[in-house]
Amino acid sequence: MTQVLQFIQSLPSPIAQGFIWGIMAIGVYITYKILDLADLTVDGSFATGGAVLVVLTTKGVNIYLALLIAFATGCLAGFVTGIFHTKFGIPAILAGILTQLALYSINLRIMSGKANTSISKRNFNLIITSSADELGRTILICAIFVAVLIGVLYWFFGTELGNSIRATGCNQAMARANGINTDSRKIIGLVLSNGIVAMSGALLAQFNGCADINMGRGAIVIGLAAVIIGEVIFGKLFKNFALRLLSAVIGGVIYYIVIALVLKLGLNANDLKLLSACVVAIFLGLPHWKAKVAAKHVKNDEKAGAQNA
Amino acid sequence: MLEIKGVYKTFNPGTINEKKALTGIDLTLNEGDFVTVIGGNGAGKSTLFNMIAGVYPVDCGTIKVDGEDITKLPEYKRAKYMSRVFQDPMTGTAADMQIDENLSIAARRGKKRTLKNGVTKKEREEYREILKKLDLGLEDRLSSKVGLLSGGQRQAITLIMASLMHPKLLLLDEHTAALDPATAAKVLKITNEIVTENNITTVMVTHNMKDAIRLGNRLIMMYDGKIIYDVSGEEKKNLKVQDLLDLFAKASNGEFANDRMMLS
Repeated sequence: MTQVLQFIQSLPSPIAQGFIWGIMAIGVYITYKILDLADLTVDGSFATGGAVLVVLTTKGVNIYLALLIAFATGCLAGFVTGIFHTKFGIPAILAGILTQLALYSINLRIMSGKANTSISKRNFNLIITSSADELGRTILICAIFVAVLIGVLYWFFGTELGNSIRATGCNQAMARANGINTDSRKIIGLVLSNGIVAMSGALLAQFNGCADINMGRGAIVIGLAAVIIGEVIFGKLFKNFALRLLSAVIGGVIYYIVIALVLKLGLNANDLKLLSACVVAIFLGLPHWKAKVAAKHVKNDEKAGAQNA
Repeated sequence: MLEIKGVYKTFNPGTINEKKALTGIDLTLNEGDFVTVIGGNGAGKSTLFNMIAGVYPVDCGTIKVDGEDITKLPEYKRAKYMSRVFQDPMTGTAADMQIDENLSIAARRGKKRTLKNGVTKKEREEYREILKKLDLGLEDRLSSKVGLLSGGQRQAITLIMASLMHPKLLLLDEHTAALDPATAAKVLKITNEIVTENNITTVMVTHNMKDAIRLGNRLIMMYDGKIIYDVSGEEKKNLKVQDLLDLFAKASNGEFANDRMMLS
């Protein structure tokens, strides 16, 4: 009983982390769901966001300005992947891997060759922190970030430009036949997505009190997990675009609560990535298996129908 | 209005799969022409269609619309001049988007897409009126995802989309071939109404010789990457299916018996 209570008392921390990763999941949602591209740049741009924020802030730059610059560097990373994909004709997944690899070196450069750069809340005015007495405030601020971001994206994907990006992700032949430059729309989507991912990385660096060269490793999997968990749980309920984005964020929160739970139950933290990969693989497989089962049912029904006739 | 001169296209040149798809196409369309294009499989009809639309570049030759050379323009830039309806009803619309969103995307063909509202209230009213005329019950479903519609309904929506901005040129690539006969007839009727009402210069590729004769003011037959027959006016009106079959047999030295043309 006390253990359950302890667990519940420890929940604010995973909830806060879930919100931060939920912002990252919104970025993944733009490429994976709207543009129908699997973009692996995010593993690199997430760490870039963290590194830029920490380095700039410790050099005395205003933290909000640093956050904005982190967003912009993420955008730049997305732009590079977009150019690789559309102008070099490299498949999206490989284009993302190339940028991600390049970002590893760049991130080290940003942090002056160190794999880890810390930032103390005692010396700097951080937007969010992970100290126990400030977790409530941290969650509130993350929630505000999420609300504003969803609001802006809801507006954007209802504009002429936003619609043309959605059309590009849905049906490229249709988009081009209607005069949409599909290359430029993919680039815009990748830029936007990686900007948001970098911003999320910048928030996590404050939460963790440091930027780490490996902080983005497997980020795409966590982002996908959040998107998919949100979709599985709320897919039938949430049809509206803003609610779908929200479900990705809630998916992130659920993911971190589950992680906290399995760690509490005694799972070795080193095995977390293995667990994440398995969970995402299973959830990605679900619709495939569902379709197969449905096809079987149709066949059986036809057989039964033929016998009855 | 449309001027095609000396267009050649070979796929996979220099390989065992080399296919000479177009071997010297010269074609001039006048304002308001409604041309039907027939020909067997591999005659080059779809290649011609895709060359005009800019899906892939030509090997040589020029394509002009209203005197403007569009040969080098990418596909999306040519959309300013022309609109298309495809054979596959899935190709012409975005399934995950609403009916009104699809129409609004077509309504901005050839225009700069800005951060203005993607679908305005006024537009929705206009679309409702246009869809009412179709009589497919779509006017009350503006917010439905297009993916929920039948093939015929989607083709009808694509036709409306193609005509929204009064294109200089309308390209139809066997756009009724994937539909059941009743739906195909309905879509053809809508096509004819849209084309004649708006006086749009139209190229319609078809496998159905009866339709090719019945519709439009001009008929072109293709064989082996060339235009082998071009007829218009009274002469076209008096054509019989048998005449076309005879012509085709002559051109192909009797090998047409295996061809899909026989089916129509």
